Amino acid sequence: MLTAVLRFITKTLAIAEMEVRKLRHDPTELITRAVQPALWLLVFGQVFSRVHAIPTGNLSYIDFLTPGILAQSVLFVAIFNGISIIWERDLGVVHKFLVSPTPRTALVLGKSVSAGVRALSQAIFIYALALALGVKMNWSPQALLGVLLLVVLGAALFSTFSLIIACIVKTRERFMGIGQVLTMPLFFASNAIYPTAIMPEWLKWIAHINPLTYEVDGLRALALAGGESMLGLTTDYVVLTAVLALLVLIGGWIYPRIVT
Amino acid sequence: MSEILSIKSLTRRFKEVVAVDTLTLSVDAGEVFGLLGRNGSGKTTLIRMLTTLLAPTKGSASVGGFDVVREPAAVRRLIGYVPQALSADGELTGYENLRVFSILYDIPRERREARIRESLAFMGLTEHGDKMVKDYSGGMIRRLEIAQAMLHQPKLMFLDEPTVGLDPIAREIVWAHIDRLRADYGTTIFFTTHYMDEAQQLCTKAAIMRKGKLIVVGTTDELKQAIGGNATLDDVFVHYTGDSAEEENAYLETAAMRRTTRKLG
Repeated sequence: MLTAVLRFITKTLAIAEMEVRKLRHDPTELITRAVQPALWLLVFGQVFSRVHAIPTGNLSYIDFLTPGILAQSVLFVAIFNGISIIWERDLGVVHKFLVSPTPRTALVLGKSVSAGVRALSQAIFIYALALALGVKMNWSPQALLGVLLLVVLGAALFSTFSLIIACIVKTRERFMGIGQVLTMPLFFASNAIYPTAIMPEWLKWIAHINPLTYEVDGLRALALAGGESMLGLTTDYVVLTAVLALLVLIGGWIYPRIVT
Repeated sequence: MSEILSIKSLTRRFKEVVAVDTLTLSVDAGEVFGLLGRNGSGKTTLIRMLTTLLAPTKGSASVGGFDVVREPAAVRRLIGYVPQALSADGELTGYENLRVFSILYDIPRERREARIRESLAFMGLTEHGDKMVKDYSGGMIRRLEIAQAMLHQPKLMFLDEPTVGLDPIAREIVWAHIDRLRADYGTTIFFTTHYMDEAQQLCTKAAIMRKGKLIVVGTTDELKQAIGGNATLDDVFVHYTGDSAEEENAYLETAAMRRTTRKLG
């Protein structure tokens, strides 16, 4: 039993490490992915700060927005991760993994973990940008560790979701279509760029079943100096972990479908 | 000689198309078995079922006594698989590609390094191990894929169109290595091809598949003698498969083959 668990962990880490090594060989994607959050913070954030249209309590709008953009950039990057699986399927790479004696959930979890590692570079970039914009960040080690964990959880969650979508749609074209359809609602039906308090009832309801809301809530509490959680930090972690676990199980079950 | 692969009335249907039709076959340990057939004849579908990637619609198959549907984990430990399409990751070095699979195949940590080096050396890739696979030639990629498939010293290795898209010299090198796999490690080889020279070069036994059905099985000599009159394997192939103008349902296979040829060539 213990051997099986250890093997599972080793194999998950082998997959994750493989993905990270690829990034080491070619880190350009880390740079290209930094453009979108930069636009949101530098352009959208600055403009809406001047408008004072969105009530953000005792936080300035740019402070309020920063954790939201961090979560959003992680979401956007993770959601399009699924396309790499379709690419790998078109080659024989996925087949090789599925023919090996590796538990399917380990294959899926390994990819999720690697998405988490990728997301850390986004976090570092956004922190740097926030610093430059004068956002009051929380630099205590516990807060930073908490942010790290939330970023990894969020990235793993959405990239697993993306893997499941890829296994269902199976082609690149359909995936790109669906990717767009999913990311926008997930982003706008959350508390990333405005508080849930100002939403109409129906949207509030959607925001409350949206995992991104919990990620943003946790990030707002931990990343900002004097930040507060509306939903409870423990709730945030529990929800994200539970949804991730569920998605990994579904992912492990559906992964072999991509080659049929 | 003990039987290592047993296939009984194996069938796979995709909606109206019967890709593999009630196929029965037995392969003994130590053989080099060639499955010949035109594009779209069902060879790849058969391999997918035998490598636990696809469930059969009917019938059964077992490797080393383990059923592919009921005991897939045990089957996976016994087999190696080199798919037709490019399966090595171009974004990693040759060594890194092998390293991942050495872990996935439970090779003990203390033996991994040696086993990886051994596989690289066996396939003539020692000096290329630390180079990025995207810089490899088509033949080198194929050899790396075989190196990776043999890491765990499988009893049975499946190769799907092993030399498609390779130049004549690269093909000869790959053949030599496949033959040595059998000679040095006692690996049973099961490969598919539509190249008769490959079948002639490698096979101890061959079978011809047509529209999902197994038409004939035997040693290459037996197959040629059955046709008679100094027949070559090409003649045998045409005799059994030449009457149908084109194989239908070959779009995906042809597309895959062209992709592979483009990437390896």
